[in-house]
Amino acid sequence: MTVATDPAYVTDALIAEDIDAYLTAHQHKTMLRFITCGSVDDGKSTLIGRLLYDTKMIFEDQLASLERDSKSVGTQGGEIDFALLVDGLAAEREQGITIDVAYRFFATEKRKFIVADTPGHEQYTRNMVTGASTADLAVVLIDARQGVLTQTRRHSYLVNLLGIRNIVLAINKMDLVGYSQARFDEIVEDYARFAKQIGMAAFTPIPISGLKGDNIATKSPDMPWYQGPALLRHLEEAPINTTRLQDHAFRMPVQWVNRPNLDFRGFAGQIGTGEVRPGDAIRVLPSGKTTRVKSIVSFDGDLPLAVAGQSVTLTFADEVDCSRGDVIVAADNPCEVADQFEATLVWMDEHEMLPGRPYLLKIGTQTVTATVTEPKYEVNVNTLEHLASKTLGLNAIGVVNIATDRAIPFEAYASNPDLGGFILIDRMTNATVAAGMIHFALRRSQNIHWQAVDISREAHAAQKAQKPAVVWFTGLSGSGKSTIANIVEKKLHALGRHTFLLDGDNVRHGLNRDLGFTDADRVENIRRVGEVARLMTDAGLIVLTAFISPFRSERRMVRELMAEGEFIEVWVNTPLEVAEGRDVKGLYRKARAGQLKNFTGIDSPYEPPEAAEIVVDTVTLSAEEAAERVVNAILSR
Amino acid sequence: MTTPVPPPAEGVSLTHLQRLEAESIHILREVVANADNPVMLYSVGKDSAVMLHLAKKAFYPAPPPFPLLHVDTTWKFRAMYDMREKAAREAGMELIVHQNPEALARGINPFDHGGLHTDMWKTEGLKQALTKYNFDVAFGGARRDEEKSRAKERVFSFRTANHRWDPKNQRPELWKLYNTRKAKGESIRVFPISNWTELDIWQYIHLEGIDIVPLYFSAPRPTVTRGDLLLMVDDDRFRLEPGEVPVMRSVRFRTLGCYPLSGAVESTATTLPQVIQEMLLTTTSERQGRAIDHDQAASMEKKKQEGYF
Repeated sequence: MTVATDPAYVTDALIAEDIDAYLTAHQHKTMLRFITCGSVDDGKSTLIGRLLYDTKMIFEDQLASLERDSKSVGTQGGEIDFALLVDGLAAEREQGITIDVAYRFFATEKRKFIVADTPGHEQYTRNMVTGASTADLAVVLIDARQGVLTQTRRHSYLVNLLGIRNIVLAINKMDLVGYSQARFDEIVEDYARFAKQIGMAAFTPIPISGLKGDNIATKSPDMPWYQGPALLRHLEEAPINTTRLQDHAFRMPVQWVNRPNLDFRGFAGQIGTGEVRPGDAIRVLPSGKTTRVKSIVSFDGDLPLAVAGQSVTLTFADEVDCSRGDVIVAADNPCEVADQFEATLVWMDEHEMLPGRPYLLKIGTQTVTATVTEPKYEVNVNTLEHLASKTLGLNAIGVVNIATDRAIPFEAYASNPDLGGFILIDRMTNATVAAGMIHFALRRSQNIHWQAVDISREAHAAQKAQKPAVVWFTGLSGSGKSTIANIVEKKLHALGRHTFLLDGDNVRHGLNRDLGFTDADRVENIRRVGEVARLMTDAGLIVLTAFISPFRSERRMVRELMAEGEFIEVWVNTPLEVAEGRDVKGLYRKARAGQLKNFTGIDSPYEPPEAAEIVVDTVTLSAEEAAERVVNAILSR
Repeated sequence: MTTPVPPPAEGVSLTHLQRLEAESIHILREVVANADNPVMLYSVGKDSAVMLHLAKKAFYPAPPPFPLLHVDTTWKFRAMYDMREKAAREAGMELIVHQNPEALARGINPFDHGGLHTDMWKTEGLKQALTKYNFDVAFGGARRDEEKSRAKERVFSFRTANHRWDPKNQRPELWKLYNTRKAKGESIRVFPISNWTELDIWQYIHLEGIDIVPLYFSAPRPTVTRGDLLLMVDDDRFRLEPGEVPVMRSVRFRTLGCYPLSGAVESTATTLPQVIQEMLLTTTSERQGRAIDHDQAASMEKKKQEGYF
C-alpha cells in the first residue's frame, strides 16, 4: 500500500487559466468553524495535518522541513508524519505555557474552514469548551481499534452541552482494522446508544484514515461499502449556525451608540438572530420602549435588509433611550427579561467558585453583577452521574441558580447562544472564571415584565428640584452613624429638600425581620436596603442610610445599583476602642461576654472603605460639625 | 415565551468575507465601548490597510474614534511614508509617528546592528509610544495564520504594566464575549483580523477596492542580492559592496517592513488579480521574505514576550 500524498483537492487549473473567474467564485464561499475532539492517540493531529496538506495549505518550504522532521523525529518510519504540522503541544508542555486552543485555517473551492484544535485530556476541558463555543460543527475522533472510550463520551457530552448540532463521528485508523465494515457498524451502534442517552439528536459517522488519506479529500477505494461522502465533502455541505439563527426572531445587543453629531444617533451591534428591515417595529429591552427602524446605515450606503451575523448600525424613527447593553428585539416577539436563572456552569479558574460572592456576568454586550448559589449538582463528565457538591473547581461542570443585580434580556442558550451564553469574571483579579449557559428563568422572575413608565426618574427629580442621591453611612456599631444621619436629614428638610432616612434597626423590625446576623444574612440585608434606596432615588428622593454594612463588596454592590454620581459613601470613622467605650446600646459588652455572635469589630470583620466620598472623624468632630460637612457635600454636587 | 418566526423568503448566506468582516467590526466596537484611550497600530502594510478599512466601516458615519500610531524606524520604503500620510488624511484620523529617540541618537540601522535594529526601533519604540501617550488598548494587524506561535494567540492579548506578554495569564475567549477588564497600568493588544488568512486579505482588498502601497505590485526596481534575499535599493543609505551596481529587476513585495530587511520576489504581477494568482501558485510561505524570522528558532514567541507584536 502506498501513502497517498498527492494533494487532491485544489483546482490549480482555474487559478492559472482564469484568475478573475476563480476570484469571483471564491468571493461567494461560505465559512465553517469546527472543532476536532480526540486525544493524541486518536490521530487528531494527523487528521488536521492531512486536511491542511490535502487542501494545499502546506507550502514547499514547510513541506521540506516536514519531510526532514518526519525522518528525524517522526513516528511513521520515515514516511510523512502529518502530526508534526500541528503538534506544538509537547513543546508547550515543556515550556510551561498554557496548553491552549490553536486555530488553523484551510479552504476548498466552496468554503473557508477555521479549525479549533484543542487538547483532549480531562484537565483541558475548559480549552475544549472555549473551542466549541464558536464552532458550527464538531468532529469527534475515534480510534477504530479502541471504539467508544470514556474520553469519547466526555468530548461528545461537551460538544452537545455547547449546543453544536452537527456532529461527525470520524472513525479513524480504518486501515489498521482491515477497512472492516463490521467493526465500523459495531462502533456506530455503540455510539448511537450513548448519543441517545445524552440527547444528541443526530450524528454523521464516516470511516477514515487520516494517515493514509482514506475518505478525507476523496472517497476511499478500500471501503466501497461506505456510501456517504468523504469528510471534506461533508464539511463543505454541513449547515452553518448563522444561517439557522436567521430563522429566529430579531435580536441585536447594542454594542455602542454612534453619535458623531447632534443630528445622528445610530445603534451599533452584531445581529444575533433573525433579520431586520427599515420600517420594522422594534422594542428596546429591558425598558420595553417601542419604535420603528428608520434605516440600516452602512459605509456602503443604506441597506434594505440585514441578517443574523452581520455587524450593523440602526437608526430609529423616534427618540428612544437605548444604550450599550440594551437588546433591540422584534416588537411583537420580544425575549424574556429576568434576574434569576438556572444555568450550567463550566468552571475555568484555579480558584474554586464561591457561592454568594458577587461576580461580574457578561452576556451579550451587558455586564452586571451576579451571585451564584451552591450547585444543585455537579456532573461527572466521564460517567454523566450527578454528584452533590458545595462548589465547582477547575474544569468542573455543574448546574446552579444565578441572581443578577438587575433584570436582563435573555433567551435559553439552546435556542439563542447569543443571549443565553455568558461568562463570569472575578471582580478582583479580572480573570474569566466560568462559562455559563442559561436554561430558563426561575419562576419568581419569569412572570414579572418590566413595565415602561411615562413619568421617568428625571421627571420625579425635576418636580422636586433636586438631584436624587443615596448617602450611605457606614461604620462600626456606636460610631455615630444614626446620630449624624438624623441631623443631616433635619438640616436638608429645613432647606426644603425631599429626603428619607433608612435606619438599620428600623428596617430590621419590618422589611428584614426574617434576617439574622450571619454573613449571608448581612449580605441579603444590604441588598434589600440597596434596592429600596434605589427605588426611592427613582422617586427623586435624597435617601440617607445608616447601616454598619461591614463588607466592601456589598457596599460596592449597592454603589453599582445607583446611577453614576448618585452614591455618596460616608465613612463614620470611629476607632473600635472609642465606639466600644461609648457602647450606647450595651452591645459591645454583650458581645465581649459571648452573648452576641458575629458582632462587627469583635468576632466579625469590618472592611473600611478605600475611597469613600466623605470621611468623618468623630473623635475630632462633633456630630453637628460632621453633619454640616456632609450636608455641604450633598448640596455642592 | 418566544416563538420562531418563519424563515425569510430568500435564504441569505453570509460569505466567508462577510462573516470575517462582521467579526472584526464587532471586535473594534467592543474595544471602543470599553477602552479609555485606544490606538490603532498602523504599519502601512496590506494588513494595516484592511484593519483601517474595517475601522472606517465599524464607526461610519463617524470617523474611527482613535488615532493611528506608526512606530517608525526611519528605514521604511519611501512609498510607505507617502501612503501613511494619505491613509490618515483620507480616514480623517490623527496620525502619531513615534521614533525611538535613543535609536535615532545612536544611529541604529539594519546594516550594523542586526537584531538590535528591531529591538530598539520596533519593540522599544512601541513600548515608549504606548507609555508616552498612555494608550490602554492597541489594535494590531497580526493574523493567526502567519506563524505557528500566533495560531494560539488570543484576540485580546493582555500585557503587564511593562508591556510584557505573559503566556500563562491569558483569558479564555468564549463565543464573542471578550473580557476587556484590566487593572491600572495593564494594557491590551487587540487583533481584529486574527481569523483572516493571507488569501482573505487579498480577496477583501480586491473586493473592496482598498488602496495599498504600490510596492505590492511588480515594477522595475533597483535591486541587489544578499544571500537568499533580493533587496531593493530604496535610497542612498543602502550599503553597496565595492563595485556593486544595483540591477533593475521586475519585482514586488509580499510583506513590507524596513527596506533593507524586506525580501522582494521577481514577478510580473501588476494587478491585484495577478498578485493573488501568483500568491496561490506560489510554493513558499509568506514570512519567508522577512529576515526577522530567520534570526533564531521560535523567535516570534520570544519577540512577543518582549513586547513586539
